[in-house]
Amino acid sequence: MKRKMLSVLLTAAMVAGLTVAAAAPACAAEAEGDTLNIYCWNEEFKTRITDHYPGYEEVDATTGKIGDVTVSWNITPNQDNAYQNNLDENLLNGSGIDIFLVEADYALKYVNTDFTVPVSDLGLTEEELANQYQYTKDIVTDSNGALKGVSWQGCPGVLIYNREVAKEVFGSDDVETVQAKVADWDTFVATAAELKDAGYKVVATANDTYRVYSNNVAVPWVDSENMIVIDDNIKKWAEDSKALVDAGETETFELWSDDWSKGFYPDGKVFAYFGPAWLIDFSMAADTEGSIANMGGWGAVEGPQGFYWGGTWICGAAGTDNPTLVADIMRQMTTNPDVMKEIVLQDNDFVNNKPVMEELSTDESYGDAVLGGQNPLAMFCAGAEKIDLSNISAYDQGCNEEFQHAMKNYFDGNASYEEALELFYTAVQEKYPELSHR
Amino acid sequence: MQKKGKSQVVRYNKWGYFFLLPFIIVYVVFQLIPLVNTVYNSFFENYRSGLSQIGPNFVGLANFKTIFTNGDILKYTQNTLIMWVLGFVPQIIVSLLLGAWFSDPSLRLKGQRFFKTVIYLPNLIMASAFAMLFFTLFSDGGPINSILMSLHLVSSPYRFMSHVWSVRGLVAFMNFVMWFGNTTILLMAGMMGIDTSLYEAAQVDGATSTQIFYRITLPLLRPILLYVMITSLIGGLQMFDVPQIFTNGTGDPVRTSMTLIMYLNKHLFSKNYGMGGALSVFLFVITGVLSLIVFRLNRIGNKD
Repeated sequence: MKRKMLSVLLTAAMVAGLTVAAAAPACAAEAEGDTLNIYCWNEEFKTRITDHYPGYEEVDATTGKIGDVTVSWNITPNQDNAYQNNLDENLLNGSGIDIFLVEADYALKYVNTDFTVPVSDLGLTEEELANQYQYTKDIVTDSNGALKGVSWQGCPGVLIYNREVAKEVFGSDDVETVQAKVADWDTFVATAAELKDAGYKVVATANDTYRVYSNNVAVPWVDSENMIVIDDNIKKWAEDSKALVDAGETETFELWSDDWSKGFYPDGKVFAYFGPAWLIDFSMAADTEGSIANMGGWGAVEGPQGFYWGGTWICGAAGTDNPTLVADIMRQMTTNPDVMKEIVLQDNDFVNNKPVMEELSTDESYGDAVLGGQNPLAMFCAGAEKIDLSNISAYDQGCNEEFQHAMKNYFDGNASYEEALELFYTAVQEKYPELSHR
Repeated sequence: MQKKGKSQVVRYNKWGYFFLLPFIIVYVVFQLIPLVNTVYNSFFENYRSGLSQIGPNFVGLANFKTIFTNGDILKYTQNTLIMWVLGFVPQIIVSLLLGAWFSDPSLRLKGQRFFKTVIYLPNLIMASAFAMLFFTLFSDGGPINSILMSLHLVSSPYRFMSHVWSVRGLVAFMNFVMWFGNTTILLMAGMMGIDTSLYEAAQVDGATSTQIFYRITLPLLRPILLYVMITSLIGGLQMFDVPQIFTNGTGDPVRTSMTLIMYLNKHLFSKNYGMGGALSVFLFVITGVLSLIVFRLNRIGNKD
């Protein structure tokens, strides 16, 4: 009953908002709530709003002002699921959230519920969103086909290779030569052997390639009967990686561990990493003297399969008392080409706008110093078009994490594939008790 | 007259209850109610899937059945006990030795205060920080491997995290280092409570220091030893932070270092009160049973 009342109120407020908005936007904001509550896990979105949203004024670290509306930031770090735990409690108890951010791995957990509003209800039309990459919409489309969120970034990934190693082993560091060596997974495995003979590891850890395989699955992790399904491409990751680890061509470190990031330096003897624009620009120790990135020693190629890594989506919370403002933030931050271009040039982000990115990809003056001046945008654009995310599920976060954990035991020789799989099932069913497996 | 006196006694007793009240309130609110609640929860299916709440539905003993039939719980109990014993045995030996030395006046050890402080220090570090430190030290490319390799003891890095006994051994070692100082101080307090005239009498009778230790110190130390064993057992069954941080919550390799509480923690993700409750009840029962066994064994020894 309460919810029904709320939705009636909401619709009334929205209709009122829309009609008045046409005449005087400032008045509309006054008619709505005077606080905009935004839930997120780091400063990124806040910085983007501060720098690019017209009319935003920063008051202090956790508050800002847009016109007469006070913007209140609730930032909870991601560690140990803290962000989601906090968000869940507040959504369930209805504490006036207007906007919250989600990541791809768990987007459906929120999108498939009534806690998110379809963006069409907020007034965003399909034409306005036409320039966004399809995969960024697939991730936040609910089971009824309604789009429930928008993103300002695209995070297509590429294979980032060490130019020195390419020259030494393949005789050239051209994009064509290198791409031919990593064109598909079988070639990739063969190349790994070649690199091993020269004393290099093809990737720092088996987990490096995981996303590339898992983004290209034919079936979701969980089927309609709540059964866990292992896709063939995921199985192929386990098989290929086991072969690589057994042959001493890669290791089983965790991503982001010290052992993993040793390859950012020449002594780490790692041939390649897989990653999107933000990994290249912010995570590969470009500011540290002596790192490969610092010397501009990396190159980028498309690699065996297209994939993405990361990205943040803006969702409007059901029951928001500022629907006009929420819609305007979505519109400005994800569809306004001027703002989008500003973000690329200022923050080196890959934005979710095809014409803007395509224009920049042919721009000779735009080059990435980490990649020795190469302009990787054309590659990113091509990659973003190829990403197919129709097979994601609400359980992806837990399944992906636990599959990698379980398979480490298989790679290390502590368990057979079947035993590791059992371990995976156990761990997933602990997280999601409603699931079972065949 | 008599009647009046009696009522005065009652009035004083009332003050006794009054002073007990803070304890009872704290106990009921923070111990008894959660305890009863845990037992109650264990009979329900009650968890959260995404944002939707499943249950609570009464399921009787189904949660206990699941716990026992999938066989995991025995494995985790075994892991916990193995790691506890591995840490406790060296801990009690070293503590007894240090305690005996520190409390023996005839040795006249110099710098006692300093050493007592030093051995207690590891306990002041947060367990998680300590585990993190060891994680870094023993990682594949960490300092321990560099040392081993530069000494030519191993040709390639030894993967401490990928072998069952190196992980269990290191967890036990961390617990040993963290807790032996505490045990030493407890045992020393017990030893200093023993009447020195007994030692003098033994020395006059020509007993060796080994004889004195086994015939006088140990038997008289029995109550303190019992206390140390039971508290350490309870602490050991609740082992969590060190292996949790050290193995990144996975209990790898193949969950051979997963303890009961780490398993309990796994149910936190889905807010699974039912399974968590059942597991806690199991833990409560085995803690009780094991403590009783330790207590009994000691009493039998006492009668001899």
